[in-house]
Amino acid sequence: MNGVHDMGGMHGMGPVVHEKDEPVFHAEWEGRIYALTRAVRAGAGRWNIDAGRFEIERLPPAEYLRMSYYERWAARLAIQVVQMGLVTQAEIDSGAPAPGSAKATPQLRAAMVPAMVERRVSTRREIRVRATFKSGQRVRARNIHPSGHTRLPRYARGKHGTVAADRGVFVFPDTNAEFLGEKPQHLYSVRFTARELWGERASPRDSVYLDLWDDYLERV
Amino acid sequence: MDNAKKGPVGRRGFLKDAAVTAAAFVAEPSTAHGHTHHDHDHQHQAVPSDVALRVKALESLLVEKGLVDRAALDAVVDSYETKIGPRNGARVVARAWVDPAYKKRLLADPTAAIAELGYTGGQGEDMVVLENSPKIHNLVVCTLCSCYPWPVLGLPPVWYKSAPYRSRAVIDPRGVLREFGLDLPEEVEVRVWDSTAEVRYLVLPERPAGTDRLSEEALAALVTRDSMIGVTKVSAPQSGGRA
Repeated sequence: MNGVHDMGGMHGMGPVVHEKDEPVFHAEWEGRIYALTRAVRAGAGRWNIDAGRFEIERLPPAEYLRMSYYERWAARLAIQVVQMGLVTQAEIDSGAPAPGSAKATPQLRAAMVPAMVERRVSTRREIRVRATFKSGQRVRARNIHPSGHTRLPRYARGKHGTVAADRGVFVFPDTNAEFLGEKPQHLYSVRFTARELWGERASPRDSVYLDLWDDYLERV
Repeated sequence: MDNAKKGPVGRRGFLKDAAVTAAAFVAEPSTAHGHTHHDHDHQHQAVPSDVALRVKALESLLVEKGLVDRAALDAVVDSYETKIGPRNGARVVARAWVDPAYKKRLLADPTAAIAELGYTGGQGEDMVVLENSPKIHNLVVCTLCSCYPWPVLGLPPVWYKSAPYRSRAVIDPRGVLREFGLDLPEEVEVRVWDSTAEVRYLVLPERPAGTDRLSEEALAALVTRDSMIGVTKVSAPQSGGRA
């Protein structure tokens, strides 16, 4: 979707503010919402990483820009636990379990956390899928504007680039985000010159590399 | 569970729900500012912040429903506050600096080479290592969200996830680098890597001159988080290097 999250190339956001000796979490609640999100994801439920990102992207644009990073996580988890059927909206609103509601057993115990944080959950799929493009080939990022989730940023759409590497076969976010299937396909590292993306005032030497799926690209 | 939202939900209906829920969940202080003077007291009561209270309420609810275990939450927080952080990546970099065979493996099969040192896990499943040199400078960003290699760098700093960095790193990388104190000559090629997929990037910074006599541990201590994102270089110690 053409949302405010797709920030590459925007102006007016101000200087980058670097904090010296920054803590991992700036307040206790930031750590709690991070951990709550990880714990809920660890339980059996209708969740994947693309759906999680899509939920954040669908926050109202003005709210998205106003919220801190973990405020977005907090807003998302409140939506997702209802969507996943774990709690009801009435329970979120009241802050207490509905009378007589069943009590579950936590899926994530403290002893399981070290293994959980070290577990690889790759979206790479070791299956044979035909690659449409090959390294060194000139391509164009398609000029598409899906209203759903996509990982093709606006600033690259319609631009010409060169395939730098084939990364292998990966789950396709656009369908996965809406539980419409993984549609695994080749993912490529594609090099775009800074001048192709930003015009003649950009440095002639510089470039931006994006990881783009087969469905985002077309032949030149 | 008596949840009404199972199965497909119409986009329009869902968007409306999401907007309403999100606004209700963290509506302060933007709405408060829109109010008139009689809301003044309410604004000053917003310590602890409203979001802190709401997260606490959400945690209590999920604990009471048996969905999460508090000790597990503590363990997750502890993992990322004390174990999974940029010291991991610094050890990878230092090893690559002192061991040419390791560096070769790191560039050829980064995920496996990083796992050799014990660093694996979420947001580091498919790693790519980018080697900086006097001619090429690599810089990593995620313009769409906050993608970052957790097992080697931990959770990202606020600036990395912020609108200024995400918007500017791709269109004005040299300007951003100057703000970090790195003014690159025109003849250096800048490569910006936008983390648009599940591939995660670690920059292998240049080993600073005058560090030949430093041990691997001493070298690791020089390597900063920012240098492994590519916004700075690694500096030699002020003293000129300890033995």
